[in-house]
Amino acid sequence: MGKSLLQKVWDLHTVRTLESGQTQLFIGLHLIHEVTSPQAFQMLRERNLSVRFPQRTFATVDHIIPTHSIQRPFEDSLAEAMMEALEENVQETGVTFFAPGSGKQGIVHVIGPENGLTQPGMTIACGDSHTSTHGAFGAIAFGIGTSQVRDVLATQTLSMTPLKVRRIEVNGELQPGVTAKDVILYIIAELGVNGGVGYGYEYAGDVFDRFSMEERMTVCNMSIEGGARVGYVNPDETTFEYLRGRPYAPSGDAWDRAVSFWKSIASDADADYDDVVQFNAEDIEPMVTWGITPGQAIPVTGNVPRPEDASGEERANIELALQHMKLEPGQPIAGTRIDVAFIGSCTNSRISDLRAAAEVAKKGQVAPHVRALVVPGSEQVEAQAKAEGLDEIFRAAGFDWREPGCSMCLAMNPDKLVGDELCASSSNRNFIGRQGSPTGRTVLMSPQAVAAAALAGEITDVRNVL
Amino acid sequence: MTESTLQPVKTLTGRGVAVRGNDIDTDRIIPARFMKVVTFDGLEKHVFEDVRFDQDGNPTDHPFNREEYQGASILIVNKNFGCGSSREHAPQALMRWGIRGIIGESFAEIFFGNCVSLGVPCVTLPADQILYLMELVESDPSVGIEIDLEAPAVRVPARNQEWVAELPDGARKRFLKGTWDALAVLLDSGELIEATAQRIPYLNDFATAS
Ligand code: SF4
Repeated sequence: MGKSLLQKVWDLHTVRTLESGQTQLFIGLHLIHEVTSPQAFQMLRERNLSVRFPQRTFATVDHIIPTHSIQRPFEDSLAEAMMEALEENVQETGVTFFAPGSGKQGIVHVIGPENGLTQPGMTIACGDSHTSTHGAFGAIAFGIGTSQVRDVLATQTLSMTPLKVRRIEVNGELQPGVTAKDVILYIIAELGVNGGVGYGYEYAGDVFDRFSMEERMTVCNMSIEGGARVGYVNPDETTFEYLRGRPYAPSGDAWDRAVSFWKSIASDADADYDDVVQFNAEDIEPMVTWGITPGQAIPVTGNVPRPEDASGEERANIELALQHMKLEPGQPIAGTRIDVAFIGSCTNSRISDLRAAAEVAKKGQVAPHVRALVVPGSEQVEAQAKAEGLDEIFRAAGFDWREPGCSMCLAMNPDKLVGDELCASSSNRNFIGRQGSPTGRTVLMSPQAVAAAALAGEITDVRNVL
Repeated sequence: MTESTLQPVKTLTGRGVAVRGNDIDTDRIIPARFMKVVTFDGLEKHVFEDVRFDQDGNPTDHPFNREEYQGASILIVNKNFGCGSSREHAPQALMRWGIRGIIGESFAEIFFGNCVSLGVPCVTLPADQILYLMELVESDPSVGIEIDLEAPAVRVPARNQEWVAELPDGARKRFLKGTWDALAVLLDSGELIEATAQRIPYLNDFATAS
């Protein structure tokens, strides 16, 4: 019986099995940002410990960074204090920092891949739940808490409970207008927000074989929304081609050695899985959420569920969600008026996302009542988009073009919903209060669908404008 | 926190407080706007902020606001508690408010792990027993609840009740041995860590990032 990639990577990085039965796992790449790292550095100082492998940690600033101006000091003194703490910490410890203006700053899950730091067969940790994104390269990548950030800084290892592996195959061909975002929203709606607890998800099948790296990242990014801490796609030629020539990717002779290692780490054809699920690509339509968890998603052509069609707990969940979203049971989701359109976040702020959204933006003007913003995922994405004239397309259509960062994905910077505004968003979480207003409402969808909603002023089937 | 403060966690006893609802995410436990901090101090003031105060800033009847639950140390929750962001600010805020242990139907994985590193056990019970416990602490906020990690079990001594609770064995051992804060154990591996690094191809055969 062969092994899955997860098992192989796990074995390769095992330092030892701890008395608790957990594994002490070596972490090949550690990424940090300003929100979850300052307390970890503080804890190190309190214990008089240093950073064990400073060359394996890379830092960026993304969550708190303003997107209208990165002029220092930041207007928000709390944000400025966090930025200063990060600057001090990296300086003191020798960790590489991709600072604003360096050309490498951006959302942590965008910059790892685009700089070639994220590679197949690695273990990757970051104090951020969407670290699962990096699994797109065939890495085992997971989010950790601040005490664990401390553990990685001090030892380059973590105490981890072994994971089971569920292989999720999507076979067949996606319909036109159906994106990677729709695929992952569909998978979560099918398997539930809890379905992945205890599992790593291995995504496979025709659809993933054909997907670009950016599409794979979109899917892996949201694994955590399905309860799976880790999601990955086996590395293949698409992966290698993406990495070739990136700043931190191997080159010359080392490249060939790398590729042979990367090939060897992929799941064996006869690998043993704890579970296998299969979906048909043809069944997937453009998806939107109607509720307050990413699993509460339906095709854009569908109707919001009625509590009376469900029972018990499910019924209560639907009632609560409809109440917050101010939607009527059974109403079509299309046609729901939006107030804000947000294109950005580590799920969908890469160049291919912006290109797809710009294609739609070209076809009209943002509806007068809609506030629309586009926030590129990184300085590199921003530069590329500008080189292609995408910023001009968005501006001409009435979108606000911003500097890179997390922005309205979680509203730790000035970009926030106000009151009960309803936002069509290309991000990954529609939790109550997520976008900065306790009564704000979030509808998750693909970036092109957000652009379509911005033009129409309401949720609409993106296929009508393609 | 220093290593000397690390104690085994075997039994926790305290008054309970119930927060009802499935999928209560970490944004709800501590909204992101309160994470603009470089220490965890004072986070307890904002735990559950958006449901504890209405739009005009007036306190709601959320259990964390109510007089009778001040000083409660056992939190009782439903399914998938702590889902969403990996922010340790969430368990930190709960712990600083006074929560020492959590009983729920299920927990999100990262939240669970964060709680372990803080010495706050999260044990699970079936839905009907959770419901019973919730109703119990809602009708009698003074009732004592015990989490026994050795068994593991949850008890209501005043009513002579006991249920078998679940807690993954690895986490259970870490509490019982006082190694719930992983760092000391990890540091113990000393040179084994370097030895592991030396056999990992991307750190040696084709290293580029150092
Ligand atoms: S874009 Fe959103 S989900 Fe991604 S890292 Fe930033 S805040 Fe987290």
